[in-house]
Amino acid sequence: MKKTYKCEVDCANCAAKMEDAVKKIDGVVNARVNFMTQKFMLEAADDVYEKVLDEAIKACKKVEPDCEIETA
Amino acid sequence: MTKKQKKTRNRILIVLALFIILLIADKTGLLDNIPEIIIFFVYLIPYIIIGYDVIRKAFINISHGQVFDENFLMMIATFGAFGIREYSEALAVMLFYQVGELFQSVAVGKSRQSITDMMSIAPEYAVIVREDGQTDEVDPEEVSVGDTLLIKAGEKIPVDAIVLEGESFIDTAALTGESVPRKVVVGDEIISGCVNGEGVLKVQATKAYEDSTVAKILELVENASNKKSRMENFITRFARYYTPVVTIGAVILAILPPILGQMAFSDSIRRACVFLIVSCPCALVISVPLGFFGGIGAASKIGVLVKGSNFLEAASLIDRVVFDKTGTLTLGEFKVASVNPFNGVSEDELLKIAAIGESVSNHPIARSILAAYKEKFSGATIDASNANAKEIAGHGISAVYEGKELLLGNAKLLEDKKIPFMAPNEYGTVVYASLGGKFIGSIVISDVIKPEAKEAIMAMKKVGVKKTIMLTGDRKYTADYVAAQVGIDEIHSELLPADKVDRVEKMLDEADNKSNLAFVGDGINDAPVLMRADVGIAMGSLGSDAAIEAADIVIMDDDIRKISSVIKIARKTIRIVKENIVFALFVKVLILILGALGIASMWLAVFGDVGVAVLAILNSMRAMKIDK
Repeated sequence: MKKTYKCEVDCANCAAKMEDAVKKIDGVVNARVNFMTQKFMLEAADDVYEKVLDEAIKACKKVEPDCEIETA
Repeated sequence: MTKKQKKTRNRILIVLALFIILLIADKTGLLDNIPEIIIFFVYLIPYIIIGYDVIRKAFINISHGQVFDENFLMMIATFGAFGIREYSEALAVMLFYQVGELFQSVAVGKSRQSITDMMSIAPEYAVIVREDGQTDEVDPEEVSVGDTLLIKAGEKIPVDAIVLEGESFIDTAALTGESVPRKVVVGDEIISGCVNGEGVLKVQATKAYEDSTVAKILELVENASNKKSRMENFITRFARYYTPVVTIGAVILAILPPILGQMAFSDSIRRACVFLIVSCPCALVISVPLGFFGGIGAASKIGVLVKGSNFLEAASLIDRVVFDKTGTLTLGEFKVASVNPFNGVSEDELLKIAAIGESVSNHPIARSILAAYKEKFSGATIDASNANAKEIAGHGISAVYEGKELLLGNAKLLEDKKIPFMAPNEYGTVVYASLGGKFIGSIVISDVIKPEAKEAIMAMKKVGVKKTIMLTGDRKYTADYVAAQVGIDEIHSELLPADKVDRVEKMLDEADNKSNLAFVGDGINDAPVLMRADVGIAMGSLGSDAAIEAADIVIMDDDIRKISSVIKIARKTIRIVKENIVFALFVKVLILILGALGIASMWLAVFGDVGVAVLAILNSMRAMKIDK
């Protein structure tokens, strides 16, 4: 499954760091933090998607405490 | 401005005011007799107001093991300044750092906004007509195929649809950059994202929102900035090393000279702080992708979709352009080019006779004759019921007209019947006609050369394309004719589809790495070549999915003049990005050197750093503008 979320991130460097961090998570097929469009894309297997998404958001918050990812 | 930005702005204003007061107080000697510890606190309060979030983030990040984080570096630099009792510098560094950050965030937000506005094709709602005649306003995503929709003047077309009732002019500018509205009548397909110009249209949805043109294009544009150019990758890699290297340099600079007895700690720490201030690579990291984003935005404004920064980068190096003739240089539509009557038959009569005979056939040539007839006699119908028209496979058509045998077809047909005829000296496919065994003339049908083709080729030459090449499956005579008309340099004719890939590959092999070859196709059965070429440019012809998928650059309205425009936009973007990289690196290195020598103060460092970022961003924003 591949889904895109709105994502508020302030600096381009942070976006790159977030992307790197998410890509390192187990189960992530692909991930992208697009600073220009303020979008976060996560691709992972369907059965673990929710779990991976949770971890990804945690990882992002860890790298950039100010970032905001809307999953609603 | 967002809430967050406003909050930062207010903090900056407050602290700026305090800072100025303190500065005046300091210069006028008001602070001279006040104990050191009080002055420290007087500066600390505004410092905390302006810098608390930086410090908070720095601590959070250290706890996560991220040492080379800009927040942390700013904190160390300012703490260092406090440590050597340079309070006003400490405050200034933090203050201007925040000013720079705010400016960056506003500038990026602005350019993001203007680009999304440019691409403001996303429909906000759709109006569904229920069976009982009630209308309902719904989200475009809720529309299902087959739903009847009502579109009023000025409203966006929510999904791809077909017109059921009404007539209107459709404004396709947002999609194609084409300013002349298109007329639509009942039965016409309309594309989502366009705007209904005048009348009310009742339409039937032919696609769901996510399959509609508008959704596809939006997805494409959003993903475009994901495909990174070499320059962006370079900068990301560079940033990864730059910060640690400069930070280590700062540490060495702070510790080594005092140990060697060359310098006092206060002096060496001041110099190290200068290093730390310029250690953030933000000017580069932001301005490079922003430049590309602007370039892609500028291209989309003229109706050209560039599918990634990397392709924009590749387009800047195009020096050879290969065309697949049909659909790029020509319209790909067959049209009657000339009607040449003979033996006393009038032109109109010949066309009418031919139309009657051809009315049974579905061949593109037959259809073009019928279209020409209908155009000339404004929609007159053809009564072919008595014609008894039959197709003779591979030759043409036989029919009866006013009791006489009518033959329409190629040269072979008339040769077989031993009817003498005259071949017209013209490019295209010829249909010969004979009535009652007598040659009555010929009709020449040709693929129409795009009126703008010649201008387009000339414009490409002007922007530095060295060679234009045409590939076609057509016979040599036709190919040469088209090439001469539009000014193509090199012709490869009578090719099979597979030959085209071979030829392009050969041309790619010949090239050096510094220049790129673009292939321009209409997207129909040339997908392999589009993908193989350095830059594949497809004619979008509004909604051809195959073309949009295979190509790197899509020209939405098939106007090949835009190829030179895109090359221009690409070159400008690359120039801007290069300027930014060189400028930012130059200034940073300069400050580093001056800082190490003790010439650059912390003031200069912070102004240099923020100033470079601001200038680079402003420069990047130029990429969005289109030069006429």
